Amino acid sequence: MSHLLEMKNVVIEGLSGRRWQPIVKGVDLHLNRGEVLGLIGESGAGKSTLGLASMAYTRGGCRIASGSIVFDGKDLTKASRSELRNIRGVRIAYVAQSAAASFNPAHTLLKQCVEVPVQHGLMSYQEAAEKAVDTYRRLLLPDPENIGYRYPHQVSGGQLQRAMVAMAMACQPDIIVFDEPTTALDVTTQIEVLTAIKEITRQFRTAAIYISHDLAVVAQLADRIMVLRDGELVEEGETRQMLANPQEEYTRALLSVRKTRRPSNAHALKDDVLLEVRGVSASYGQGVEVLQDINVKVKRKTTVAVVGESGSGKSTLARVVTGLLPPLKGTIVFDGEELPADLKARDRESLRRLQMIYQMPDTALNPRQKLRTVLGRPLEFYFGMKGKEQEDRIIELLDMVELPPEYIDRYPTELSGGEKQRVCIARALAAQPDLVICDEVTSALDPLVAEGVLELLQKLQDRFGMSYLFITHDLATVKAIADEIVVMWQGRIVEQGVKEEVLTPPHHEYTELLLSSVPEMDPDWLDNLLARRARKRARRRPDGGPGRPMRQPAPAASYNR
Amino acid sequence: MSPLKELIFKRIAFGALTLAVISVLIFVGVELLPGDLAEAVLGQNATPETVAAFRKELKLDLPAHERYLAWLSDFVRGDFGNSLSNGRPIAGLIGWRFANSLFLAATAAAVAVPLSILLGILAALYRNSLFDRTISMVTLTMISFPEFFIAYILIAILSAELGLFPSISNINDQMPLWEKLYAVFLPCATLTMVVTAHMMRQTRASIINILGAPFIEMAKLKGLKRLRVVVVHAFPNALSPVINVVALNLAYLVVGVVIVEVVFVYPGLGQLLVDSVSKRDIPVVQAAGLIFATTYVLLNLLADVLAIISNPRLRNPK
Repeated sequence: MSHLLEMKNVVIEGLSGRRWQPIVKGVDLHLNRGEVLGLIGESGAGKSTLGLASMAYTRGGCRIASGSIVFDGKDLTKASRSELRNIRGVRIAYVAQSAAASFNPAHTLLKQCVEVPVQHGLMSYQEAAEKAVDTYRRLLLPDPENIGYRYPHQVSGGQLQRAMVAMAMACQPDIIVFDEPTTALDVTTQIEVLTAIKEITRQFRTAAIYISHDLAVVAQLADRIMVLRDGELVEEGETRQMLANPQEEYTRALLSVRKTRRPSNAHALKDDVLLEVRGVSASYGQGVEVLQDINVKVKRKTTVAVVGESGSGKSTLARVVTGLLPPLKGTIVFDGEELPADLKARDRESLRRLQMIYQMPDTALNPRQKLRTVLGRPLEFYFGMKGKEQEDRIIELLDMVELPPEYIDRYPTELSGGEKQRVCIARALAAQPDLVICDEVTSALDPLVAEGVLELLQKLQDRFGMSYLFITHDLATVKAIADEIVVMWQGRIVEQGVKEEVLTPPHHEYTELLLSSVPEMDPDWLDNLLARRARKRARRRPDGGPGRPMRQPAPAASYNR
Repeated sequence: MSPLKELIFKRIAFGALTLAVISVLIFVGVELLPGDLAEAVLGQNATPETVAAFRKELKLDLPAHERYLAWLSDFVRGDFGNSLSNGRPIAGLIGWRFANSLFLAATAAAVAVPLSILLGILAALYRNSLFDRTISMVTLTMISFPEFFIAYILIAILSAELGLFPSISNINDQMPLWEKLYAVFLPCATLTMVVTAHMMRQTRASIINILGAPFIEMAKLKGLKRLRVVVVHAFPNALSPVINVVALNLAYLVVGVVIVEVVFVYPGLGQLLVDSVSKRDIPVVQAAGLIFATTYVLLNLLADVLAIISNPRLRNPK
């Protein structure tokens, strides 16, 4: 039997400067009807480029240099523009990473959804709209009859991502290319979208290429997985087989990435408090309170992880502690002394003792400054170091974050993402702080790189004994690095304590929801989880009638539908 | 109040404030003119009694702020005072001339705005093609010449040489519309050439800017035609900067036509303004200045309100 899609020896090149550099270096890919293929790899592996090439599409500055892309017996590299138009959106559809960016803000969801069949002359507007509503219903979108009349900014991220799946389904394509469709979502929302994708591909026997950097996510959907690295195929195999018995070292590294765990350190048990947040409430402008009565203690030489979904107020807490956002109520006590609420009123010494590392190293470093300037500035500002003394110290700092001394005269743009984040860490270290606030410092990094950064942070803490206030939505990170955990939900703390206690059942309802939503390296994980949650719901309402409304977490409530 | 209404209300209040400031500036600017108005108008030989009587008639003996308030409240009620040179009410002098100016501006706008938006869209669609480069070059060349130069070139070719259109654009109320349009052809063409480049280039630039957005890639991957991608998906999101530059150019069409009106001896407000300045007819200059300023502010206000409304996030709150 011939394959539905067969890509042979595909080479895709990108223009860098004036030269064409290969991004995908001769990869073979085939896909059968109804099959789901997972493409795994880190950023720069060429997986999105390869996924888009299945529609013979390349992004600006790229070209398909050689190879063949045969879809349903036709070589797309030789197809005319109008032939390609009749395949794109109709027979092969695309679901992008960020639905918020990929929906046109000027038109309603329904208009954008029906546009595909109507513009291709396949259905009337009426038929297409009815079909869209039907798909919305299948994808469990709330109020399926009317949600289509909303604009993209009027629905939540998870709903928008499902609406995009519905748009891809508009012409019942043979293949859908999913390009990291859940990467930008919270874990609890990720499940909704994964479930939707799984259901819809099953119901219509649609073949799919599922692109992700997260092996655990791909394992839930894919029949077969291809591991890519630097534009080349590392390994290919059936999902179960690959998880059970990976052949290549690189695949094994990807598989073990979530296994780092470390017991809480002994300091967590002592009562040696460095930072205390007392009864803090805060809001932006006159709006609703984003933080309500927050009490957190950070002990010396420990790591406190603040976890929660987007909108839980965890980054706002960091802004309050640093003084960027003076709170409405409450105080910040640092090393026994109350800190002024406003950053401007704090003295240089307390600024020095409290440092911050940001999520995006790209935007946190001035691209026009060499590392010498980036790291020299805090040394001069806090310690008056100049000249040779400063240079020696900079090299020492680079060494602490495991970067070579010759980097001192490089610009941030010459560094990789992980290296840039290491520079940010070195900049915080330069001030010899007592407390470092880490705001999602690993979320923008690839799993293996993130792991390296976490290990480094751990080493530095063992060596210099500073405390970390670690803000993250990623529970795997929390398990790896935290001594204590603070779980936040809608501006409040729902649970806090030593890591082992919080992670051991019984959990608070919301903690349970968060914990159970982290994908595991088990192809049956999603099915089992959904079955478990369904059983739980059934137990709650034995009469089959409407159950007791769940008391707190709204995200969980979406499962009561 | 909905956020949209609040924004629009704020913008209107800000426009009113701007106008108040401008009215003060115009008043003070005229006050600062050197020499005594009465003496300047009546001449060296006037007796002190006539000067005093003249000052009393113009209320020049009152303190400045009282005169300002009196002038402003009269203006708001539509009473612009009397011309110094011929003693007739200014409202009558200005009214029909302003209408003429608006007619010329509207005609030019009706041609220039659709033309430049269309050219801008086409240039964005066929970016970096020969078409795109030709359009850019031609419009940029035209904007680089002063408008009187273009005006005289047009007169030289189309009027003097070929005799197709009149070089003097004299219109009056009795003329039927098509005759009026024929009369204003050359000034209208001049203005169109001058303002097209701005609007066309802004349209092109904002559409090209939007073409890099992920939702444009999505539209392409939906297999849509290029024209539809640009017109339906890119253009609505490029509207806000386009509206602003269109409004600026419309304001220029009303306010900045002075030179063009003079070249074509067109009976508009600009012509009157130039005459009045040379005759030191201060009340007319003040009134015309304030009318121009009001038009300018109103058009910009309208542009801002339209730009706000064109944003779907503001139009459809959560």
